[in-house]
Amino acid sequence: MAAETALALAEALTAGTTTAAELVETALARAEAARPLGAFVHLRADAARAEAAASDARRAQGAARGSLDGIPVAIKDVMIHEGEPCTCASRILENFIAPYPGTAVARLQAAGAVVLGRTNMDEFAMGSSTEHSVYGPTRNPWDPSRTPGGSSGGSAAAVAAGVVPIAFGSDTGGSIRQPASLCGVVGMKPTYGRVSRYGLVAFASSLDQIGPFARTAADCALALEAVAGHDPADSTSLPEPAPRLRAALTGDVSGLVIGLPREFFDADGVEPAVLDRVREAVAELERGGAKTRAVSLPHARYAIATYYLIATAEASSNLARYDGVRFGRRAAADTLAAMYRRTRSEGFGPEVKRRILLGTYVLSAGYYDAYYRKAMKVRTLLRRDFEQALSGCDLLAGPTTPELAFRIGEKTGDPLRMYLSDIYTVSANLAGIPALSVPCGFSDGLPIGLQLLGRPLDEATLLRVADAYQRRSDWHLRAPDPATWAGPGR
Amino acid sequence: MTAAPHPTYEVVIGLEVHVHLRTESKLFSPAPVRYGEPPNHAVHPIDLGLPGVLPVLNRKAVELGIRAALATHCEVHARSVFARKNYFYPDLPKGYQISQYEDPLATGGWLEIDVPAASAADDAYVTRIGLTRIHIEEDAGKSIHDAAVAGADRSHVDLNRAGVPLLEIVSEPDLRSPAEAGAYLRTLQHLLRYAGVSDADMERGQFRCDANLSLRRHGATELGTRTELKNLNSFRFVEEALAAETVRQAGLLDAGRDIQQCTLSYDPERHATRVMRVKENADDYRYFPDPDLIALHVDAAEIDAVRRALPELPEQKRARWQTGYELSDYDARQLAESRALADFFEAVVAELGGGARAAKSAANWIQRDVRAALGERGVEIETTRLEASALARLIALVEGGRVTAQSARPLVAELLDHGGDPEALVRARGLEAVSDTGALEAAADAVIAAHPEVVEQVRGGEAKGLNFLMGQIMKRTQGKASPGAAREVLQRRLRGA
Amino acid sequence: MGRIDRAEVERIAELACLELAPDEAERMAAELAAILGYVEQLAALDTDDIEPTDHALPLATPFRDDRAEPPLAPERALANAPERDGFAFVVPRVLDEDES
Ligand SMILES: [Mg+2]
Ligand SMILES: [Zn+2]
Repeated sequence: MAAETALALAEALTAGTTTAAELVETALARAEAARPLGAFVHLRADAARAEAAASDARRAQGAARGSLDGIPVAIKDVMIHEGEPCTCASRILENFIAPYPGTAVARLQAAGAVVLGRTNMDEFAMGSSTEHSVYGPTRNPWDPSRTPGGSSGGSAAAVAAGVVPIAFGSDTGGSIRQPASLCGVVGMKPTYGRVSRYGLVAFASSLDQIGPFARTAADCALALEAVAGHDPADSTSLPEPAPRLRAALTGDVSGLVIGLPREFFDADGVEPAVLDRVREAVAELERGGAKTRAVSLPHARYAIATYYLIATAEASSNLARYDGVRFGRRAAADTLAAMYRRTRSEGFGPEVKRRILLGTYVLSAGYYDAYYRKAMKVRTLLRRDFEQALSGCDLLAGPTTPELAFRIGEKTGDPLRMYLSDIYTVSANLAGIPALSVPCGFSDGLPIGLQLLGRPLDEATLLRVADAYQRRSDWHLRAPDPATWAGPGR
Repeated sequence: MTAAPHPTYEVVIGLEVHVHLRTESKLFSPAPVRYGEPPNHAVHPIDLGLPGVLPVLNRKAVELGIRAALATHCEVHARSVFARKNYFYPDLPKGYQISQYEDPLATGGWLEIDVPAASAADDAYVTRIGLTRIHIEEDAGKSIHDAAVAGADRSHVDLNRAGVPLLEIVSEPDLRSPAEAGAYLRTLQHLLRYAGVSDADMERGQFRCDANLSLRRHGATELGTRTELKNLNSFRFVEEALAAETVRQAGLLDAGRDIQQCTLSYDPERHATRVMRVKENADDYRYFPDPDLIALHVDAAEIDAVRRALPELPEQKRARWQTGYELSDYDARQLAESRALADFFEAVVAELGGGARAAKSAANWIQRDVRAALGERGVEIETTRLEASALARLIALVEGGRVTAQSARPLVAELLDHGGDPEALVRARGLEAVSDTGALEAAADAVIAAHPEVVEQVRGGEAKGLNFLMGQIMKRTQGKASPGAAREVLQRRLRGA
Repeated sequence: MGRIDRAEVERIAELACLELAPDEAERMAAELAAILGYVEQLAALDTDDIEPTDHALPLATPFRDDRAEPPLAPERALANAPERDGFAFVVPRVLDEDES
């Protein structure tokens, strides 16, 4: 039996049948039960209790701030929360306490949400399995011998395990959607610029976006409304105000045209069960009155190559600030040069170093045009593909990830194979368009996700279709068995 | 310092000037721009390069950049791009500097400079120096290596300056002597102050200069290998360092050796340049467009608005004065060089009632007496106590015959140092012109008696003897004789009346 | 496009201020070579007349008005410093030769 949704909890709070204090205690107890999964890297029990008490006090005075007031949420360890640690699951940020507020978390607090804790991730959001963490791996609640996907695996697992109804992650190449798919929850990457990046520790600035995880599309709508909207502190923030998403959830998909990119359905190396469940989900939407048509994204096959050039180039520069001078870990050394090298070599894990090296290489003299500029041009082609495809339909649908949750350790020795996990997700980041993953079935007890991709700023249509699908399906009502968690725990 | 051109080689110099833009807040953060604060007292999380922070561009900095570009005849580009220049240094908090690289704010301007005469045998001349580009970037912080502050094995890092908006102004290699480099820097400094772009105070690090210098044989067209002089912190040092580097390079070339590309600093005590770092291929800054910022767009209407808001610049002032006041080109150039001096000049003219005559008087007094006093003290007009109204009153006293020019001139320095009322000064010093007929007659008689042979010549029709006798009257009256009255009395007495 | 070997990895590591053990450099070279081999497929695309997309946003960079806000309290600015002296951050001595 799945835990309650945020909207159900909000109703209970309004009705007075529960309190924020109770919700926090429940969440903390569930977090304790889920401890073997390694979803959280930091729980703020006392602070969360205090915030819940404050929420209850507001409500008692008739001053509740809205549907999120008193709802426990989790945030990925990459989001700045003033006065709290933020380590990005990296040794190099051990002991770092943020001395300033990040926009997304500040907005959550303004909405009254109770931040329960910080979730595990691949170091600096670089990975697709949440194995590359200084805290150790996060385990998939559906099968703890498997990864939850990544890099926002901790947030996906926390929601799938029922600890919190809503968690936030960041998605640079699929880091929300792929773990959402592998953990059987809804996860959305909004339009680039929809959620402020001020206070999101950068991996690849032109691709990163914060987005929500929840068991339902309706909860995702609630969560996104709270954090979205223009922020003058982020030059890449879109001018549009926060969208009204819940109003769009009519349950009706009749007349909508869903494009099915050929390249997403006849790709090699995709698990047949994944394609089967995705096709069935699309058929269900057709029964609801949606129409489908075939479309093409001719440059989609170049997306991974393009992505790894752009993302690593940006990352190599974004991660130059970790130098042991102003914050974070410093290695002892007699000379400045040795201090830099040792600090960074000891502070970063192997996947981060690999990407810094790749990014440094593609930007270095003599290679810039062949790699970086080339990738930016292919990015243009890819963006045009999506413009073209979305000109004739309202949204696109396909698989989120080519496979089911894989075993811990299965791909760590082969970075390129790991990178290919993101084959269906990276295009949306390169094109800047919104996309989500919604559970659409299981195979061998492991969840499968349907990916929906939309026009820029049209999160509403994606959430409307995902919500309509959830009204016609019950995958999201299944829950993993906590009894299986204790065994292989840490 | 060698002022004369080198006999064998032509000197080729290009200058890179960095100026702090006159803003309240930093280029990409709302931290205040402050000088002289204790370390790290004027920083925002953005300036510290903390994880998760993002830059937002200061509108005023762009406006001032456009102002500078227009004042130097550059083309302002509709689209320019902020890029990251990546390198590690403790005072560079993000590990990269946000600067403009492939697509700068402006390109292709020029600056006209007045180069003073190198010696009595030479003439001053005017020449035009091309500007390659002007771009906007952020300043770095400061590393303090002083062992007395930081200890022998430590350096301190202060990020107050990190993120202060800078304009980088790059000249073409058009400068042909250290003197031209000095004139270029002075002109640029004045112009930037005129336009309100920068306070350009070198001592505060608001105006900094790097120079590239190479030599080639006279007549050669290809450029020689250049070296880079860094951190030249006064105009005098720029000229000295360039002269010293000319000598160093010429010595190497004369000995048949190659010039090695390197960065040098100048040691003013030894009057010599010192190699800091030999350029290696390792300089690989991996520039790429900053993904945290979108391209900067400046449309024609915005450029026009900045143009309309520009104050009158030296060129325009000169043209106005030459036609309206009939000033010579030379006077107009000198008076227009700094905005403060130009404003001072115009204020004196206004006090004197305006018009070409007033301008002529004001120009004479400023060029002859004020500038000399400023030069002796090595100060600018705005830092002295001389008020335009005071100089105007002094000129009026002279022109009204109340004091002679000769008595009045030393008062300029007096007013410059201490201020005050010229009339009171004249009275207190007993400098009123002697126009009292009795006193002048006595003086004339004494002079006539003392120099009978000159009197003979004058009576014989030799006019220059009269000037000698006038000089003697001045001497007897300590310069206070009103010249008109004295001449009249002298001529009368010579006629025997 | 370039071939990446151990020497190249070491050159890049220096630019990136990373120190690699010899076997680590060897392994990185192999992994990066595999990734760059994969990326090679982009060379087949003709992009001569294509403008690069440095941003998916159809916007110009926004401006901030030139108004100063109070700076970060110095104690907070230095709170995360690994080493400090008074209000300064402290690093191992920077030699003049390191100056860039
Ligand atoms: Mg430069
Ligand atoms: Zn510069």
